[in-house]
Amino acid sequence: MAGRGRGRGGHRGLSFDPGALGFGRGEGLPPPTLQPPPIYPPLEFKPVPLQEGEEANYLLALKQEFRGSMRESPYFIKPQSAKKDIERYSDKYQLNGQNKRQGLGWTPDWNTFPKELRIREKKPKRLKLSVKPSLSGTKLKVKGQKGDAKEAENKLKQILQAEEDGEDDDDEDDEEEEKKKKEAEGEEEEEEELYDEEDIEEGTDYALSYFDNGEDYLDADDDALEDGPVY
Amino acid sequence: MAQSQVRLGGLLLQHQYGEIVENVGTFLASKGSFALRDITDGTKLGVNEVKKALCVLIQHNMMDFEKNRRGLIEYTVHINKVLLITRYPRYIYCAKTLYGDVGEFLVEELLSHGQMLMSQVCRRVSDRITQALEEGQSMDEFQVRKTFVELVKTHFLQRVASPPSDSGDNADSETELQVMEKEMFLIPPAMDIDYSKVHSSVTSSSKRKREDGEEGDKVAKRPRSTSPLSDEKNEDAPDKGVYWHVNFTRFHQFFRDQSVLSAVNSKIDRYACEIVRTMLRISEKTTVPLAPTTHPMSSHEIFQNLPPELDLNRQTLGEYLTLLAEDKTEIVNKAGESGGGMYVLNMQKALETLCKASIESVVQERFGSKCSRIFRLLLMKRHLEQKQVEDMAMIPAKEAKELLYKLFSENFVTMQEIPKTPDHAPSRTFYLFGINMHQVSRMLLDRCYKAMGNLISRREHENTENRRLVEKSQRVDAIAASLQSSGADTTQMSEVEEMITPPERQQLNKLKHDISKLEQSELQLDETIFLLESYLPGSAAMVMY
Repeated sequence: MAGRGRGRGGHRGLSFDPGALGFGRGEGLPPPTLQPPPIYPPLEFKPVPLQEGEEANYLLALKQEFRGSMRESPYFIKPQSAKKDIERYSDKYQLNGQNKRQGLGWTPDWNTFPKELRIREKKPKRLKLSVKPSLSGTKLKVKGQKGDAKEAENKLKQILQAEEDGEDDDDEDDEEEEKKKKEAEGEEEEEEELYDEEDIEEGTDYALSYFDNGEDYLDADDDALEDGPVY
Repeated sequence: MAQSQVRLGGLLLQHQYGEIVENVGTFLASKGSFALRDITDGTKLGVNEVKKALCVLIQHNMMDFEKNRRGLIEYTVHINKVLLITRYPRYIYCAKTLYGDVGEFLVEELLSHGQMLMSQVCRRVSDRITQALEEGQSMDEFQVRKTFVELVKTHFLQRVASPPSDSGDNADSETELQVMEKEMFLIPPAMDIDYSKVHSSVTSSSKRKREDGEEGDKVAKRPRSTSPLSDEKNEDAPDKGVYWHVNFTRFHQFFRDQSVLSAVNSKIDRYACEIVRTMLRISEKTTVPLAPTTHPMSSHEIFQNLPPELDLNRQTLGEYLTLLAEDKTEIVNKAGESGGGMYVLNMQKALETLCKASIESVVQERFGSKCSRIFRLLLMKRHLEQKQVEDMAMIPAKEAKELLYKLFSENFVTMQEIPKTPDHAPSRTFYLFGINMHQVSRMLLDRCYKAMGNLISRREHENTENRRLVEKSQRVDAIAASLQSSGADTTQMSEVEEMITPPERQQLNKLKHDISKLEQSELQLDETIFLLESYLPGSAAMVMY
């Protein structure tokens, strides 16, 4: 019947023949392992102690000092700190290096380095300029003078043109400027509507220099703060 | 071996320059050369971060870039340059022994910045030394420049070859590089030291600066910092565009010579050591660096160039040379009879001897002295059967068999089958055991890289485990320092001291002790790595033994 001898039903025995490997009868394969092998091979001989002496100590001190100084150097690129889970109000007023994110920290000699490795720094000032003309444009319009909307747009274009000439030619910059222009124009239109609804005389109570925030206004802050003075 | 090299390189980059550089570096090392966009896709980092990492790697001479056929720039990282980071302390120390503190600081600045203008590095070093000296004294930049020029003359520092420019075409780059080779060690004329202008050495620093025409207001002390190079006024440096970096090959040659000399010294005696040193000095002018053998030199030449304090006469010199030439290690070979005997220094053989000694000691420490005896026997006799090994080593048969097979399983020993009959029956085949130096060296080198990687990651592990404690102790130290500077009394100070409990203090001490032990092991391991690395390229030509 089936099951006798070496058949499909037989699971007994090993898959190979111990006799062929050179073991005699009865001796044999090592006992089955019941636990994972040890992590480290056993150390038979203890290692010789390390070199001593002035030279070794000096080398060690040099090494540690070098390592420490490299950590502080600008060549050590710290990964960007992970964003906090909740945006806190105090984040806006933190000055701890949020402005250093973009730059390299040191200038390589661009004659010997490939130019594509240059990092373009985003300039927050452009946003500031785009806000200003839109407000002055609306004020002028509210006063009833005709054609001033066009003047404002021309002014805006001039300012943006001047900026463009002063910078390196870069496609990204152009695209960003076009976006800014559109943004500014969009804002202009929105604010026109707001002003029409509200009291007209609010526009003349404030001096024009009220919204001049100074040079270091936007340097230390995030984009979020830009929403601040627009009431 | 490449895998362990990449792992070690990654760890070194991580500790030296941060994780971003590590990601970029290991990606390029394991996958080859890529352009900027591929790197950004492959490492999944931001574009700006990848750019920064590439800039850092180029600045530190670990990366090359070139335009490929499609016009994109491809970046390649040289992992063997990354691995040299472990040897930096040794270079600095070597410069110190040769050129004093000034040399030490020069090399240190260049190593931490990668490449710099001569004017910048000299200025930084002189400021640093001025700060370290007492009040009233100041370091003359002239001294610094003199040391710099000496370092360049002995080829320890070299100019950075200008890479092919972005916009240039390929035809020019070849000639550019050729020109650079000739100029590799030329100081630009603007920076040449004008000896006639100097009147006195240390205290006349202000006078010197006025004559230089450079910024005369640099009396302010600046702390030693790796501050951004953009601080310095690059534009009015007289040697703009000429960057210098450390010439590692020259340092390696120096280390190699040092180890050969110390080997000769310990094997024979110090007279022989001086003779070999003289031979090396003579051959510096005639031989290409790192060549396997030197140019032959006559014994008359050696006699003339011997240092006078040795007081050797010609006859003794001749005896020493014969002794060296007949020595088993074959470091010195006699190449002819003209000129009183022409002698050649065989550096490759010398390295081989050193390697053999290293590997023997590895075998001894790992497996025991009996194994070491078998190993040395096989080195001497080249091919032996198992039975012969037992007899010659004078070790009982069973033990000899066990030890031999242990060595074989660890790949220190190779086996060659020579069949007597066409059917390769085991009972009728010779099994000859032998040692292939090249193979064993490679295997050991791979192990060394792994070991170095393990040491570094263990050190990192120790640091992260005890980070909380280390931070606490740093804070306590800061508090103590601020209290002390504002003049507190002893009770307050002792309160602050007690903030760290005794068991914590013990733990901190243990941590410091462990970490310094690990670092010292790294330094010592690096010496073995250096030896094996210098031996391997020359031995590749020899297939067996």
